[in-house]
Amino acid sequence: MSLKKTLFDPVFKNNPIALQILGICSALAVTTKLEAAVVMTIAVILVTAFSSMFVSMIRNYIPSSIRIIAQMTVIASMVIVTDQLLKAYVYDIAKSMSVYVGLIITNCIVMGRAEGYAMKNGPVMSFMDGLGNGFGYGIVLLFVAFFRELIGSGKLFGYPVMPLINEGGWYQPNGMALLSPSAFFLIGFFIWGLRAWKKDQVEHDA
Amino acid sequence: MSNDTVGKTLGVAAALCIVCSILVSTSAVKLKPLQTENKKLDIKKNLLLAAKLIDNPNATKAEILKAYESVEAKVVNLSTGEEVPEMDPEKFDAKKASKDPGMSVRINGDADVAKIKTRAKYAKVYYVKGEGGAVDMIVLPVYGKGLWSTLYGFLAMAPDTRTIRGLGFYEHGETPGLGGEVDNPNWKEKWVNKLATDANYQPVITVVKGEAPSGAQSKIDGLSGATLTSNGVTNLVQYWLGKDGFGPFLAKVRAQGGESL
Repeated sequence: MSLKKTLFDPVFKNNPIALQILGICSALAVTTKLEAAVVMTIAVILVTAFSSMFVSMIRNYIPSSIRIIAQMTVIASMVIVTDQLLKAYVYDIAKSMSVYVGLIITNCIVMGRAEGYAMKNGPVMSFMDGLGNGFGYGIVLLFVAFFRELIGSGKLFGYPVMPLINEGGWYQPNGMALLSPSAFFLIGFFIWGLRAWKKDQVEHDA
Repeated sequence: MSNDTVGKTLGVAAALCIVCSILVSTSAVKLKPLQTENKKLDIKKNLLLAAKLIDNPNATKAEILKAYESVEAKVVNLSTGEEVPEMDPEKFDAKKASKDPGMSVRINGDADVAKIKTRAKYAKVYYVKGEGGAVDMIVLPVYGKGLWSTLYGFLAMAPDTRTIRGLGFYEHGETPGLGGEVDNPNWKEKWVNKLATDANYQPVITVVKGEAPSGAQSKIDGLSGATLTSNGVTNLVQYWLGKDGFGPFLAKVRAQGGESL
């Protein structure tokens, strides 16, 4: 597979959330505000890309009996480093994301790419694959966050787009958009849209 | 040679752990000073925001430090209300102290309206000095349980110890859009110039359900859809202004007439 294909396929063609249905949990948690979703996206991209690369670099030395725990160690280290960096340089946002950065460790996408791709491919391709899957995850996150912030608080990136009634405007915010279930609906719509566009992703009954 | 011999398995595991731990500890140690500074700055910023000494939540570091020059921190003993000059307010950490058995006291059943179980024996207070050095405002750190989380914030009081000058929370995990509206500037504005206590200095300030009757001096509009968070805020403010919280300290402030501070 070419470099470009590896990088861009996971965005729409093989999207980790929409097609592989991985990483739903954090997609619910950090999408009430676009700003947090952007930071989360960047954090996940960094973690998937670098952990895939490192796992790939040592793939020929990892004994298969402990391969999952070895991948986990690499991923956990990357997550901690990312978390520390966020706390040092974008403290306000890191504070609003609280535990969810740490929970990237449990994000199935990272683990899935390490085990499913990086163990069989070279470091450069694995890095690209990690980037691509991070993007694929991020695009769903941003899609969900865009609608949740807009419908739930009438804002985008914290700037009022639709002025709220209790701030003297006209928009009555829909509180449900701020609660987790709304993200399920939005992800559902995203998958629907994607499968209407790319018909080959539709699953058929066996 | 196969990777799966016992020796190789142990060797790879050990090497991987060492490399990863070096990576993690280096980043943690190297970034620690930046993080601590951020944390301190964040608390200062929130104090200034609650006291309305700055109004831009995205204030720069220089602006924050400049505005903070008029603030003086002191550690007080909560049960006597006396200042404790030998304790350094820079080093005192109330959150840590409230969990240290030697530094904290248990709050029993009915008295624990803020649902915090233990509190430190000491607390920090902040004097905001106006022009000429007279105390213009007293800022008290307050915290207590809301619906999901403990809310941490600052309550700014006028030197008469009855009038509220501002309230703001810097840490909480309430539902965004519902209880999270404790951060809404319009709601926080409603606290300003309300009377927190009655004429005998007993805390009476209450966040009511729905809209507060107009002209009520000690009632604040409730947050819609967030009755439990609203109650939590009532409780924590009442607790910290009451006899188990800063009551003795505030009594001292009144006795001294705010002059000798």
